[in-house]
Amino acid sequence: MTTEPDSSADAAEPRGAASATAPPTDPPPAGGPAAASSGKARVGVADLIFKNLTRTAGIGLLALIAVIATFLVLRATDALSANTGNFLTTEEWFPNASPPKFGVAATLYGTVVSAAVAMIIAVPVAVGIALFITVYAPRQLSSILGYIVDLLAAVPSVVYGLWGLIVLAPHMKGIQLWLNDYFGWIPLFDADSVGRSLFVASVVLAIMILPIVAALSREVFLQVPIAHREAALALGATRWEMIRVAVLPYGKPGVISASMLGLGRAMGETIAVALVLPASFNISEHILSPAGNTIAANVANGWGEANDIGRGALIASGLVLFIVTMIVNILARAIVARRREFSGSAA
Amino acid sequence: MTTATVSGPAVDGTADRLGLRGQSLPRWVPLAVAAGAVVVSLLIYLLTPVDSEIQIVLMAAVVFVIAMTAISTAVEGGRRARDRFATTLVYTAFLLAVIPLVAVLVSVISKGVGRLDADFFTHSMNGIGARDVGGGIYHAIIGTVEQVLLASVLAVPFGLLVAIYLVEYGRGRISRMISFFVDVLTGLPSIIAGLFILAFWVLALDQGFSGFAGALALAVLMIPTVVRSAEEMLKLVPNELREAGYALGVPQWRTILRVVVPTALPGIVTGVMLAVARVAGETAPVLLTVFGTNLINSNPFSGEQSSLPLYIYSQAGQPQQFAVDRAWSAALVLIIIIMVLNLIARLFAGRNRLK
Repeated sequence: MTTEPDSSADAAEPRGAASATAPPTDPPPAGGPAAASSGKARVGVADLIFKNLTRTAGIGLLALIAVIATFLVLRATDALSANTGNFLTTEEWFPNASPPKFGVAATLYGTVVSAAVAMIIAVPVAVGIALFITVYAPRQLSSILGYIVDLLAAVPSVVYGLWGLIVLAPHMKGIQLWLNDYFGWIPLFDADSVGRSLFVASVVLAIMILPIVAALSREVFLQVPIAHREAALALGATRWEMIRVAVLPYGKPGVISASMLGLGRAMGETIAVALVLPASFNISEHILSPAGNTIAANVANGWGEANDIGRGALIASGLVLFIVTMIVNILARAIVARRREFSGSAA
Repeated sequence: MTTATVSGPAVDGTADRLGLRGQSLPRWVPLAVAAGAVVVSLLIYLLTPVDSEIQIVLMAAVVFVIAMTAISTAVEGGRRARDRFATTLVYTAFLLAVIPLVAVLVSVISKGVGRLDADFFTHSMNGIGARDVGGGIYHAIIGTVEQVLLASVLAVPFGLLVAIYLVEYGRGRISRMISFFVDVLTGLPSIIAGLFILAFWVLALDQGFSGFAGALALAVLMIPTVVRSAEEMLKLVPNELREAGYALGVPQWRTILRVVVPTALPGIVTGVMLAVARVAGETAPVLLTVFGTNLINSNPFSGEQSSLPLYIYSQAGQPQQFAVDRAWSAALVLIIIIMVLNLIARLFAGRNRLK
């Protein structure tokens, strides 16, 4: 960009001028007919400077992404070249050993499974909450509830982690034993012993993303035109039929993108999982067994004692997480964009 | 809401004789069934070896949904029953979700008030081990405030400029690319931001752990939120205002800075406050870049600092009760700070003239 130095050097001038010259009557004389030629030139320069300033900021954002990717890749490649295992398929994590051997398979598995189970639990309930607040609850109650859900969405994840570790985990024992007793014939719920398992982590994640998905879905359902809802009711639809024909189709893209945001949060969640899960590196379909780890939790747990290779290995696993969440986001964007096209042509 | 009862006074004789209204359940039935479901599950709780509260609650929910649907199918018929089923499910989902969310708040408040004394706010953890009673969050509050302020100073002007570019100037490929990557940054897991600053600032540039490094990581997380909310608000500014500015001969940049941005300002402030509230509770990026310390360090530019989320994390990881108590109290303080930030954001949102 040839204009970069120019804009950054003069950046302070137009902004300072804007705040210093209080009366807004200043510009008209500059643009007036008497000083037309000189005034126009000055205005043009100021405009150009401001435009390029904002443009530089925009390009700076692209540069930021590029720098993030570059540095993560640079650090990761050092460690990956020293790795004696296959990074994608190895389950062990010994990056600090003298021939380092580590792979992202076990932690990636834990990340995907815990986030998926959390989504299965949270999304239907979150949609239920959003429907309750927008359709079922009395008006006064609904605004208060909406406010409370928004506040809960802001509770930091470390608090959910603390609660999950100390309050929820002991209470989860009974239900895990019950699942194991009655559904143990499904390999998923088969376990020799139960404890702080991937399942408990998933429940904590589900409770954590519940208000986030519910708050966003509520906003979407509030946007449904009242005319659509009233039209359905006027045709004799029951409330559920009104929801099915008017609210859900209209809100679907929004709910999908809210869920994807929740999925991204669940996959990237570090502290809540790090507090709940015992760090172990194995792939097991028994989600009730006290085992499992996720990429993000592994970074938080492991980086303190990591040496140079170890840090590189953690950064490499972080890069994998970055790519996975990016794919999820791009998919969500694509889904939302396509749905919007359809609903646009239908309306 | 259909409130006609089965044997109630006929509102309209002809309609009833033709059976147009159908039969519908009296209003008290759902409540009665709910009470019945609770009683049944309490009996199961008392009479069988099932002893987990979570299971009992889930069981009550299942019994309630099934019983309601069965009764409704018998009395009201298919369509009404399906409506009833959906209603029951939504109510049950809501009640089930409320339990853990309220439980989180109740635990934090009830376990957190124990250590909320003057000592807690005025002392650091200097010389206090996990086994020791006492200690406080003074150093953590200093760290959080400084890091979040620095992050805001870095992220807000930058994000605002990007938003102005996207709304006022952005056409074509570059702006589409920027918009796309803002979305990518929105979905960036917070620990990746921490890893990036660790790789870039702490390791590659060899700047060491500091509050400022944490602020950089938090700024990376704040930027997309600020851009998105500012963009939404700037888009809401009516074009007539811009055109009026141009018609008076005001150059575009002055129109933007003196007319468009001030009009959208309350909304932008709301977005900024929400972004601040979010990063104030972030632990992972701070863990990797600030490192944490038990001592008071009020200089964010050199040496390790602490922060409230980091403090909660390190105390919660200790098995000793005193440490866990400190974690709960710090969690309560953090939640209160974030709630206050949210309330301020709401106040500004209420003053928003757009919408």
